[in-house]
Amino acid sequence: MTALTDRLDQAQAQGRAALIGYLPVGYPDVERSARAMAAMVEAGVDIVEVGLPYSDPVLDGPTIQEAAEAALRSGVRVADVFTAVRAVVSAGAPAVVMSYYNPMLQYGLDRFAADLAAAGGSGVILPDLTPDVAADWLAAAAAHGLESIFLVAPSSTQERLHYTVAHTTGFVYAASLMGVTGERASVGEAAERLVADTRAAGAARVCVGIGVTTGEHARKVAAYADGVIVGSALVRCLLGHEDEQEALAALRAKVAELAEGVRSAR
Amino acid sequence: MTESLQEAPGPYFGDFGGRFVPEALMAALDELTDAYEKARIDPAFTGELARLARDYTGRPSIVTEAPRFGAHAGGARIVLKREDLNHTGSHKINNVLGQALLTKRLGKTRVIAETGAGQHGVASATAAALMGLECVVYMGEEDTRRQALNVARMRLLGATVVPVTSGSRTLKDAINETYRDWVANVDTTNYLFGTAAGPHPFPAMVRDFQRVIGVEARAQMLERGGLPDAVVACVGGGSNAIGIFDAFLDDAGVRLIGCEAGGHGLESGEHAATIAGGARPGVLHGSRSYILQDEDGQTIESTSISAGLDYPGVGPEHAFLASIHRAEYWAVTDAEAMEAFQLLCRTEGILPAIESAHALWGALRLGRELGPDATILVNLSGRGDKDVETAARWFGMLPEGNE
Repeated sequence: MTALTDRLDQAQAQGRAALIGYLPVGYPDVERSARAMAAMVEAGVDIVEVGLPYSDPVLDGPTIQEAAEAALRSGVRVADVFTAVRAVVSAGAPAVVMSYYNPMLQYGLDRFAADLAAAGGSGVILPDLTPDVAADWLAAAAAHGLESIFLVAPSSTQERLHYTVAHTTGFVYAASLMGVTGERASVGEAAERLVADTRAAGAARVCVGIGVTTGEHARKVAAYADGVIVGSALVRCLLGHEDEQEALAALRAKVAELAEGVRSAR
Repeated sequence: MTESLQEAPGPYFGDFGGRFVPEALMAALDELTDAYEKARIDPAFTGELARLARDYTGRPSIVTEAPRFGAHAGGARIVLKREDLNHTGSHKINNVLGQALLTKRLGKTRVIAETGAGQHGVASATAAALMGLECVVYMGEEDTRRQALNVARMRLLGATVVPVTSGSRTLKDAINETYRDWVANVDTTNYLFGTAAGPHPFPAMVRDFQRVIGVEARAQMLERGGLPDAVVACVGGGSNAIGIFDAFLDDAGVRLIGCEAGGHGLESGEHAATIAGGARPGVLHGSRSYILQDEDGQTIESTSISAGLDYPGVGPEHAFLASIHRAEYWAVTDAEAMEAFQLLCRTEGILPAIESAHALWGALRLGRELGPDATILVNLSGRGDKDVETAARWFGMLPEGNE
């Protein structure tokens, strides 16, 4: 058990889904991204997903790509992710890192896990790694008490659902649709069924992400999922405002809208 | 008795290869692997592919002795395997015909592809037109400018060309964008991967489809007096090289030399020579291999005059062959490749692709080392029509005001 699962179970006890907000570290710079994450916590996000920018993010759409590219141009480093994790934890929320595999691999998997645990992080979401090739990471995560959060998708076969669930800790990340991150007009219909199938495959906690954009989307997803994950719609608030106070105001307003959504679902 | 190195099945080649992809693609890759495993031993499939190779591509490709070129290579005997004479002008057609046939077996109606120089894009558009498949090609915006004629060529063949504006706007970003399309459209769509890299089954499957180059060339050399002392090929992702190497892997006396793009020189840091440049292993685009990356694992943009070799990774089987010292990998700079390019034009009347010119430089260097008794087989992987503008600019042959 980690702060992450405690928080998910707490929300469950309150009869609602948790709200999980994503921002990449380093956009527009490390300090401002950490302040934005803390602001999300104050505004009602239960858990923060700290993104580590990567040069080749195959599962991200244009919004997150734009912020991640800007963060890399401004010189963000792998170790900056731990600074952001500390800021989230001191703001009072559990933090999980979302990272593509190669930056973690080059940093050293055991060193990454040790530093993340030391920063108070709860685990890692692994968008381009499946349990089939994750033995080294799983060993490092276990050694440092971290959760390993794998994804399932509408294309996952029954066999793969069982396999992925068996190797996942914390929660299973269910992709709402076949596609990359980004804002959408509606949440894919496949999501509810995928959550049910993932639970049937043995998952204790299933959170839904990709495409959740509005409070109304959050409300719909929160009716059947243990957590609602929002990324691009939050990143958009930062991309749209050069001025930090304006950006934070937009971010707080978006978080409030989403938090209201998850609280009015059931 | 040592085990054969030929036709290694993957997913791993020693420590390299594997399948590092989002879960959303796992079902499609499993399906593709399964379909390929069945197709490769199905006479209906192999027969159709052989028929297309003969009647459409124009196989077997010939070999050409290049004595006037060889005179500059220490007098060594240089033999060219003429993949440049294939339909569409390069070895890429060998692979796409196989993958497009497989697409039809999968019951899918749409193919997507990435392209750098445009050769794989043109080949994909060609195969799609031939087989009645919808085709979308992703190409870095930077490359669409550098290779405007190939963009038009793909569009003439009925393909949609999407300029990619993310990241460095070159081949690696085109691959990222093709993956993104595939994740969203995997039900109807098959990804025609252009080189022997990426996640399993691509490295082994693309190698198998290109293997015909070496099988033919080995037989052609035996007919002409015996195995060569060395086989030389250019390496970006490495599909033409692995295609010609495979049949020679168990011939211990045959040296195998891959020529990577040395760009402005290894010491400049601006190159695309992942193995020769001493890159560290990492994971990029679905497999573990050597990649150009910074300390944090962020991919470094590669540099080469040749768009087809301008890629920061390399196929995992090459990484493996380098690690066991079965093949050698050399860096050939832009200037060296262009010198070899001009030399082949003027001594043999053959205009090579700039990619293939890297291998020609390797042959010049090796011939000068080995002398007149040596026989060197070079994979002339493509023709240089597409490169006329780049070469004319390099040699200052364009009219003034057109530079």
